[in-house]
Formats: sequence, C-alpha cells, structure tokens
Amino acid sequence: MSGNGYLFAAYAITWIIHIVYLGTIVSRYSRLKREIEEAGLRSQVSGVRKP
Amino acid sequence: MSAPTGITRATLLKDLRLEWRSKDAINSMLFFSLLVVIMFSFSFDPTAEESRRIASGLIWLAFLFAAVVALNQTWAREIRNQVLDAYRVSPAPANSLFIAKTLGNFIFVSVLEALMTPLFIVFYQLRSIGPAWQLLVVAALGTWALVVNGTFFAAMSLRTRSREIMLPLLLFPISIPALLAMVQSTTAILNGEGARFWIVLLVTYDLVFTTVCLLLFETVLNAE
Amino acid sequence: MNHLKAFEIFNGSMIQSFNDSMKKAFPILGILTAILLSYALYMALVWAPTERTMGDVQRIFYYHVPSAWTAFILFFVNFAASIIYLIKRKPAADIVALVSAEVGVVFCTVVLVTGPIWARPVWGIWWTWDMRLTSTLVLWLIYVSYLFLRRFSSSGQTPALAAVLAVLGALCVPFVYFSIWFFRTQHPQPVMGGGGSIDPRMLHVLLINWLAFSCFAFLVCWSRYRLEKLQRDVDQAHALESLMAPRGSVR
Repeated sequence: MSGNGYLFAAYAITWIIHIVYLGTIVSRYSRLKREIEEAGLRSQVSGVRKP
Repeated sequence: MSAPTGITRATLLKDLRLEWRSKDAINSMLFFSLLVVIMFSFSFDPTAEESRRIASGLIWLAFLFAAVVALNQTWAREIRNQVLDAYRVSPAPANSLFIAKTLGNFIFVSVLEALMTPLFIVFYQLRSIGPAWQLLVVAALGTWALVVNGTFFAAMSLRTRSREIMLPLLLFPISIPALLAMVQSTTAILNGEGARFWIVLLVTYDLVFTTVCLLLFETVLNAE
Repeated sequence: MNHLKAFEIFNGSMIQSFNDSMKKAFPILGILTAILLSYALYMALVWAPTERTMGDVQRIFYYHVPSAWTAFILFFVNFAASIIYLIKRKPAADIVALVSAEVGVVFCTVVLVTGPIWARPVWGIWWTWDMRLTSTLVLWLIYVSYLFLRRFSSSGQTPALAAVLAVLGALCVPFVYFSIWFFRTQHPQPVMGGGGSIDPRMLHVLLINWLAFSCFAFLVCWSRYRLEKLQRDVDQAHALESLMAPRGSVR
C-alpha cells in the first residue's frame, strides 16, 4: 500500500466507525418507535376487556 | 472513634478466624499460587537470561492473578448470610466494614505472596543487588494498591451478571499505573538502581485510591 | 384514573416531544455540521501543506488528533456528569454520563485505529508503545470497562455504581499519564504525532477539523441522549402498565 493508500484507509475507517455507531442508534430508535406503536394498540385491546 | 475501630477489629478478627478454621479455602488458594509460579516457569524459561530480566514482571503478574482469585470470594460469606443488608440498616459506618475486608484481603494476599516469592527466587535464581528491605516496601505498597481497589470492585460486582469476570474486568485497567510502578520499582531495586519515582507514584496512588474508596464505599453499599 | 388513557397520553406526548425537538433544530445543525466536515476534509486533503519527511500520509494527523481531543473532552464530561449524579441524583446526569462515555469510546477507537495506520508507513511497525498511543489505549480500556459495568449491573444499581466507577477511572488518568511518561523517558521509543513546533497552516487545519468533529460529536451525543431518554420512558411506561394491569388480564 502506498502512502496515499494508508491515508485513504485511515479516513475511510474513521467514517466507517462513526457510521456503524450512528447505525446502531438509528436502528434502536426505529425498533423503539415500532414498540411504542404496538404497545399503544395493546393497551387499547386490554382496555376493551376491562369491566 | 472507638465504635468504628471496634467494628473493624471485630470483623477482621472474625474473618481471620473463619479463614483459619475453613482451611479448605486457604489450602486451595495456596496450591493455586504454587501452580501459577510453576506455570510461569514452564512458559518463561527460568534458565534464560531474558527471563531473569523480566522476573519482576512475571512475579507481579502471578501475584495479580492469585489476588484476583482471593478477592473474588471477599464478600461471598456476607452475601450468603445477608450481612450486607444488616450493615445497610445499621448506624455503623460502612467504612469499618470496608477497612476490615481490605485488611483481611491484604493479610491473605501477603501470605500468598510470601509463599510464591521464595519459589520464584529459587526457580529463577534471583539475587537482589539493591537493598532487599526496599523490595518489602514495594511489595506492601503494591499489594495494598491491588487489594484496596480489588475489595472495592468486588463489592461493586456483587449483584452484576458474571460476577467473577466483572472483578478483573474493572480492576485491571485501573491498576495499570500501579502495576507499571510495582514492576519497574522491583526491577530497579533488583538491579541496584534508584526506584524513587516509582515508589512515590505508588504511595500517591495508594493514598488517593484508599481515600476515594473510603469516601465512596457507602454509595456502593447503598446503590439501589 | 383510567390507566389506558394515562398510557395513551404519556405515549402520545413522548413521541410528540421527541419529534418536535428533532424536527426543529436538529436537521439544520446536521446540515451545518456536514458542510463544516466537508470543508475540514478539503482543508486536510488539499489546502494543508504536504509534510516534508512523511509526505501525504501525515494528513492522517488531521483526523487522528481531533478525535483524541474530542474523546478527552467527552470523558471529562462523563466525569463531571458522574459527580453531578452522585451529588444531585438527577437521572439526566446519568444519561449524559452514559452518552458521553459511549461516544467517547467511539472517538477513542478512531484514535487507536488511525494511530497504527499512520505508524505503519512512517515507522514500519503497527504499534510503538509510544506514550500518547499507550495512554490512549489505557483510557480506552478504562471506559470500555465502564460500559461493561453499565451493561452487566442490575438496572436499579447502575447509575450509582457507574458514577462511582467513572470517578475512580477519571482519578486514574493522571497516574496513567505520569507513569507512562516516566516509563517512556526511561525506555525511549519513536514518538508519534511529531514533537516540536507546528506549521501555522497545519495548526489552522487541525483546529478546523477539531471544530467540525466537536460539532459532529455534539450531534451524535444529542441523538443518543434522546434515544436513551425515550428508552427509559418506554421502560417506565411498561412498568407502570404491568403494575396497573387488572388481575387476570392476558399480557
């Protein structure tokens, strides 16, 4: 690898690390949002069964 | 200040008595320490000149692993008998318990080290050019550094998952400066050089961490 | 009070407030940061002068050093937040501590990865036990162990225990630097990062990249903070719901 190859690798891997971390945040957020909507539905169902 | 000292002394004596009676725990740990020395001797050829040069590193690593095994069961008896809950509701200062446990561990680990050291000296044909009493000072300071943090982290790990692995996981990174100081000062003394910087570092480390552990132990005990 | 209504209102307002604050400021700051980062990248790759001895590889410096500075700042924030938590017991402080440690570890990882990538072409070896890199490694270890404690401890205890560990870890940092510094002066090794004075144009590019990464770090922390807050609100709502569930109802 030439000198510039190392340079490119360093910059690329920096952003890969950051993007992976951001990805975990985004996926957790969407999973959470889905869970909230499902839970909202579930409350409605159990509410109907209440005397 | 008589009540806290009384509790400390009582707890410490109780622990020492119990350990002495249940020789199983001591014996298995003594044998473990012996095994560690021998495993190291097989891994790092004692006849090689290089091994003698890194002997202090080998010794302190062996002490470290033996200490972790000893530290892991620090609070085992307390958990079994719900002693910690009693301490939480009693007006007794939590520090007395911590000091007693730390002193008990210090004595116990020192006993292990006292067993392992002659073996290392014999196996590795070690000789000290510098004054041997300085080695004792370093050993005491270093052991205290490991034990004070180890006892504290053992208390923190009590209700974590994988309790036994949690202790070394927390202890090792924070002990790195102390470990470096222990090994470097031991090497320096064995070679007849000055170890003042490292000893001062160790003393400072011990003072700082003992103080902080004493201040924060109550928080750890009541963390819920 | 009808527990269904309470949950719905809580539910709705949670998503609402999340969306509101995200909608308002975040995208604008995001775009500004992206522009700043691109500008900083251009400066680093094009505008900055080529280093005499190392050549273009030296430009890794403009990512390596700002990441280190950002990590240090984040770890200091963790220390401050942990102390605030120990004194005031505010849950927000606990979340800030968690977030700053996580993002700090991410930036620290960048430092530890770009360091060897820089060292290899310049000195021929991947790792030199150079003072700065070694200290950063120990710092990384301390805060990774902090994250492990957060993950493995039982949830009621986590904030207090983590705060205590953060204080111990932060107090350890000066010892780490002193011990490794003295060790290195006794056993000198190639110094990475180049000692001595720095060309003012290089300093300028360095500071621009630092500013850009600091803004980026702030946005990442903010996102992570909102995520954690939402997660805890959801967990609380679940706990509340199971507490108030009528007996015999199917979950």
